[in-house]
Amino acid sequence: MTYFIKTALVIGTLALGACTNADRFDSADAVDLNAQAGAGGINQSALDPSQNPTSPQYFSQTIGDRVLFENDSSLLTAQGRATLDGQAGWLGTNSDYLAVIEGHADEKGTREYNLALGARRANAVREYLISKGVASSRIRTVSYGKERPLAVCSEESCYAQNRRAVTIISIGQVS
Amino acid sequence: MMIRFLTFLAAAMMAFAFTGPATAQEPLRLTLRDGVIEALPFALPQFEAEVAGSEQMAADISRVVAEDLTGTGLFRQIPATSFISTPSGFASPVAFADWRAINAQALVTGAVAVNGATVTVKFRLYDVFSGQEMGEGLQFSGTTDGWRRMAHKVADAVYSRITGEAGYFDSRVVFVAETGPKDDRAKRVAIMDYDGANVQYLTDSSTIVLAPRFSPNGDRILFTSYESGFPRINILDVASVTRQQLGTVEGEMAFSPRFSLDGRQVIYSLANGGNTDIYRTDLATGQHSRLTNTPAIETAPSFSPDGSQIVFESDRSGTQQLYVMPANGGEPQRISFGNGRYGTPVWSPRGDLIAFTKQEAGRFHIGVMRTDGSEERLLTSSFLDEGPTWAPNGRVIMFARETQGAGGTTALYSVDITGRNLRRVPTPQGASDPSWGPLQR
Repeated sequence: MTYFIKTALVIGTLALGACTNADRFDSADAVDLNAQAGAGGINQSALDPSQNPTSPQYFSQTIGDRVLFENDSSLLTAQGRATLDGQAGWLGTNSDYLAVIEGHADEKGTREYNLALGARRANAVREYLISKGVASSRIRTVSYGKERPLAVCSEESCYAQNRRAVTIISIGQVS
Repeated sequence: MMIRFLTFLAAAMMAFAFTGPATAQEPLRLTLRDGVIEALPFALPQFEAEVAGSEQMAADISRVVAEDLTGTGLFRQIPATSFISTPSGFASPVAFADWRAINAQALVTGAVAVNGATVTVKFRLYDVFSGQEMGEGLQFSGTTDGWRRMAHKVADAVYSRITGEAGYFDSRVVFVAETGPKDDRAKRVAIMDYDGANVQYLTDSSTIVLAPRFSPNGDRILFTSYESGFPRINILDVASVTRQQLGTVEGEMAFSPRFSLDGRQVIYSLANGGNTDIYRTDLATGQHSRLTNTPAIETAPSFSPDGSQIVFESDRSGTQQLYVMPANGGEPQRISFGNGRYGTPVWSPRGDLIAFTKQEAGRFHIGVMRTDGSEERLLTSSFLDEGPTWAPNGRVIMFARETQGAGGTTALYSVDITGRNLRRVPTPQGASDPSWGPLQR
């Protein structure tokens, strides 16, 4: 048990260090109301959900919920495949979760083509996860084309963030 | 880039040699085929108020008729301050010498009568230099809230008599109204007059809506909606503003729909397993057909006006290019061979041209080509132009333009098919994905 807590703390620290947006740890500062300053000055509080390996926060922040693509491409990069290996492992362990994969494109394309390109990207992720053992019935895809950019500048630094496929997980029944 | 553009302009000007306005001996006629470089001067004295209380309506209708004509870039209104005389009444003889003296080639006179909720508009058109009336005088009657349509009908008749072409002013455009920042944009299907007046919203902003398309007679609108969480095609009845989902082949998403000319069939794109192909659904029977079957992206289909062919885009060659295939599917012929990528083809209602979006060297263009791909002409150039739609007479194209950067916004523009007269279409907010409806009856 002690070992597990130490591991969780280490992972949590790594996760914090890797994240540039502290606001996403919105519950990190919420101290448990039952927390007491015990003898010896030891504080106790609830764990940050992102430190719980079975939580959606852990999935999105520690494993990584998205993969990025080159311009006009739906080929998975080596980094993307590594992320998806993690996603497949997590989905294998947490078998009550379903996934919707959102495909996105940058703004430098026509609306219709970008919808189709987003569908290709989402499907590339879906196929990879299936090849790693995730049941196809647990994964749906949707393309947003260029409708939902994350970054709004008209430069490659933003386009690179927008050419993405994001895996959204939720607990649910396979229909 | 600039040199290329200038070369294009020069070529366009040579190809469309200038023919000036008619001389005193020839009947008044602007031949659009030859292109028009110098706008034809016309006089339009404010229409007479035939009954008391009609003055404001007469002024408003006169203004809209003149704006329709000058908005084409083909006509220039002579200001009233230049007039030597003004007509004493709609029925009075025309003092042609006074209009010749200020070089008015055409004279439009009119009269407006408001009686309760009804308005009647009369007009006559004169060829000033020959001293003849062009065609018979006409009158239009309707309810006062439809007064802009009557002004458009007057302008359509004037345009048609002088150019020999059908008009396009009494028409509507369906589009996507956009508000909010780029990363949280709200979109609504909206409808308006061709000149941006009378905007009405047909959907709320609760979900993403894309690319509305008019039926050929303007009674229905197809659009793509994310209401179910996944892109699906909706059919909206314009009169009742009720809508239903189009039953399509099962797939991850259905989008990019268009009607056939008889309004009975819908062609669209369907993605399955990440692969997008073109399908057709018969609205009456619910029967589906698959028209393309390749691992490439096939999308943006558009019927030829005779219904026999479909133009669409495909990246089967490795980049987006335009192809034409028989309406029932079959072997497509590639028609675009220039540098860059070609998308969103739309067949002209006259059947002679295909408008498209072209991407080349980081710029977007709206262009036209013959249906065999020859005589490509780029009409516009900007950071992002896309989604052309044809005026009902096939002489003008409307499209969406998006500006660059974090604060980028969308707007509608129109341009004529010679690349002249680029104008912003006024809309209350951002606007994209225009679809130009038919001339109204």
